[in-house]
Amino acid sequence: MTDGNITSLETEQKISQGLTEQTFWLNMGPQHPATHGVLRVVLHLDGERVVEAEPVIGYIHRGHERMGETRGYAQFIPNNSRMDYLAGLIYNHAYCAAVEKLAGIDVPPRAEYIRCITSELNRLASHLLWLGAYLMDLGAFTPFLYIWEEREKINDILNHVTGSRLTYAYNRFGGVHKDVDDDFISWTRAYVKRQRKRFKMYNRLVTGNVIFQNRTVGVGAITPEQALNYGLTGPCLRACGVEYDIRKKEPYAVYSEVDFDIPTGSNGDAFDRYSVRLAEMEQSLRIIEQCLDRLPGGAYINDNVPQYLAPDSGDVFFAFESPRGETNIFMVSDGSRIPYRMHWKTPSYSNLSILAEIARGQFIADVVSIMGSFDLVIPEIDK
Amino acid sequence: MSPISDPGFLLTILTQAVEREPGFWNWAFHWFSQEIVVAVIGLLLIIAFVTINAIGLIYAELKIAGHIQRRPATMEVGWHGFLQPVMDAAKLLVKEAMTPTAVNRPLFLAAPVIVFLPVLISFIVLPFSEKLIVRDLNLGLLLIFAFSALNVIGILIAGWASNNKYSLLGALRSVSQNIAYEIPILLSAMSVVVMANSLKMSELVAAQDKIWFFIIQPLAAIIFFVATTAETNRLPFDIPEAEGELVAGFHSEYSGMRFALFFLAEYSNMFIVSAVFVTLFLGGWHGPILPGLIWFLLKVYILVFIVIVARWTFPRLRFDQLMTLAWKVLIPLSLANLLVTALVIKLVR
Repeated sequence: MTDGNITSLETEQKISQGLTEQTFWLNMGPQHPATHGVLRVVLHLDGERVVEAEPVIGYIHRGHERMGETRGYAQFIPNNSRMDYLAGLIYNHAYCAAVEKLAGIDVPPRAEYIRCITSELNRLASHLLWLGAYLMDLGAFTPFLYIWEEREKINDILNHVTGSRLTYAYNRFGGVHKDVDDDFISWTRAYVKRQRKRFKMYNRLVTGNVIFQNRTVGVGAITPEQALNYGLTGPCLRACGVEYDIRKKEPYAVYSEVDFDIPTGSNGDAFDRYSVRLAEMEQSLRIIEQCLDRLPGGAYINDNVPQYLAPDSGDVFFAFESPRGETNIFMVSDGSRIPYRMHWKTPSYSNLSILAEIARGQFIADVVSIMGSFDLVIPEIDK
Repeated sequence: MSPISDPGFLLTILTQAVEREPGFWNWAFHWFSQEIVVAVIGLLLIIAFVTINAIGLIYAELKIAGHIQRRPATMEVGWHGFLQPVMDAAKLLVKEAMTPTAVNRPLFLAAPVIVFLPVLISFIVLPFSEKLIVRDLNLGLLLIFAFSALNVIGILIAGWASNNKYSLLGALRSVSQNIAYEIPILLSAMSVVVMANSLKMSELVAAQDKIWFFIIQPLAAIIFFVATTAETNRLPFDIPEAEGELVAGFHSEYSGMRFALFFLAEYSNMFIVSAVFVTLFLGGWHGPILPGLIWFLLKVYILVFIVIVARWTFPRLRFDQLMTLAWKVLIPLSLANLLVTALVIKLVR
C-alpha cells in the first residue's frame, strides 16, 4: 500500500465497485512543513477524517551502519552526530562507551562527569528544539523564538568546549578530546539558573493556554499495553505511565551516582508527552548541577588507548537513553581494526510505527499534533 | 437592417433631441462627466489607499511580530526596514506568474480577481469621516456584508481550480468557516442596527454621538470582533491556510502578482472589518479635538494592532473546535443578544 501507483490503482478499483467514492488519498510529505524532514505519510482521508495513515520512510537513508563496517573504530565517531543531528553528543558518548565496553578501556572519572554534563546539555537542547517546533506545528510561532534563545545559550557553551554547534565528535575512546575550563563551568551554572526561571515563563505562555490544551489533551492517547506492544521508548512510553529510563534501569557513565527522578504521565496523550518532556528538562538540570558539584580533577582522557583500535573477537550490546528513547548499539569484532558488524536500533523508528494505529479516525490537524508530539527525527529513523 | 442598429438612425434621434431641447446635450454631458470624474477619482483613491494600507500593515506585521519575538525584524531596506514591503511588492510584480499545467485555467486566473474585487467595492461605503465617504448608500452595511460574502466564492474557485488536494481542503474549510461565522457577524450587527434604526453608515455613526454602542452592546461587540477575525482567516482561526497542515491552503499553487492579490485582499479585509467594527461599535469618526478622519483611522489601526498581536500569541484551533465555537457558542449568544435588544427597544419605545 505504500507505492503511489499501486494505491491509486487500488482506489480506482474500489471506486469502480462503488466502495470509496467519498474518500481520497493525500500525500503528506516527503516535503511538508509538519513532517520535519523527509518523512512521507500517505493519508487515506474521508473529508477531514483519517481512515488510514501509512508512514513511508527511507528518503534519507545514508547507510551509516554500513559505513561503520568499512572503516576503523575511531573514524566512525563523526558519523554518530549525523545519525541524530539533535543529539550528536549523546550518540558520540554512547558509541565511545560501547567501544570502550568492547575493548575494555578504562575511562577516568573526570571524563565520565564531563560526558554526562555535555550529554544532558545536549538533551536539553534537543527537548527545547522539540518544544519550539511542536508549538509551531500547532500554529504558535512566537514560543519557537523564545525557546531558540535558550538553545542558543547551550550551543554557545558546547561550542566553547567542543568547537562545534551541532555535529560535535567530542568524545574519544577513553575520555573526551578537550578538557572543560572554568568558563564552561560558570557559563553552565548561569545557564541552569536562567533555565529554571524560563520554565515558569513557558508554563505561563503555553501550558495553560486553552487552545493549546484543546489541541493536545486526549489527542493521540496511547495505552501502556499498546506502547509496550509497539516497542515505544523514551518520553512517549513514560507519558503512558511506564517508568522506564535506561539511565535508571541500566545506568551507564555516572548516572547511578546522581539523584534524579523519572517523570511519568498518566493518559499517554500529546499533552502528557509535552509535560513529561518539560519535567525531564528539569531533571536534566538537576543532573548537570550535581555533576558540576562533584566534578573531580585528574585526567580527562585515558592516554593509553592505541591510535588504531583492534579489539579482541567478540560482540557488545550497549543501551543508552537518547532524547527520543532507548537506543541500542550492537557491534561484532573479528579482531581486526574494522568492526565486523554494526547495528543501531533507534527509538523514533518504533515510536513512528504506532502512528498508523492511533491516527485512525482522527482529524488531519490531529495527525500533525500527534506526529509532532512524538519528537521524530527522520535521519535517525533512516540512518 | 433594423432601425435600432443603424448608427445613422441613432444619430438622427440624438440630433433631433438636441435640436428640440438645446439644454439636453449640455446637461447630459455635465452629468456624465461629473459622474465619471467622481468615480475615477474615487476608484484611484481607493486603489491607492488599499495598496498603501496593505504595505503599511505588512510593515506593521513584520515589526510587531519581531518585537513580540524579541528580535529587531527587518532592518536592511530603508530606515528600520521601512521599504521592505515595497521591495517585496516589487519582487512579486516582476516574478513569473506560474500556471501549473493541470489547473482549470480560466477559473484559476479569475479567482484572485474575484477575491480582490469585493474589497474595492466595500471601500465605497466606509465612512472615513463626516464628509469623506465615496457613496453614503441607504443600505451601506448590507453592501459590505454582501460583498464580503462574495470573497469566499473566490477562495472556493481558487481551491477547486488549483487541482491540488491541499488547496481543495483549504477551500472547503474556508467555505464552512465563512458560512458558520457569517451568521454571528450578521446577528451581532443586527442588534446595533435595530438600535440605530438604519443601515446607512453615516446614520449608524451619528446614532453614537452621545454614547458608543460598544458600551451598550459589549456582547455583540465581542462576538462581532471574534467572528470577523475568523472571517478574515487570521490566527487563531487561520485553518484554511494552516501552514503546518495544508502547506498554504487554497493559495498553494499561486505565485507572483496573483499571490500578491490574495495577500492584498487579506490585509484590506483586515482593515475593512475593523472599520466596520469602529463604525458599528466605537462611534466611527466621533472624538474630541482631533478631526474625524484621524479618530477613525486611529480606532481602526488600534483594532488591527490587536488582531496582529493575537496572531503572534496564540496557537491554531482545530477545524471541528472552530465550528463548535461558531455553532454552539457564538450563534446562540448573538441570537439571544439580538432578541433581548429587540425586546428592550420594543418596551422602551
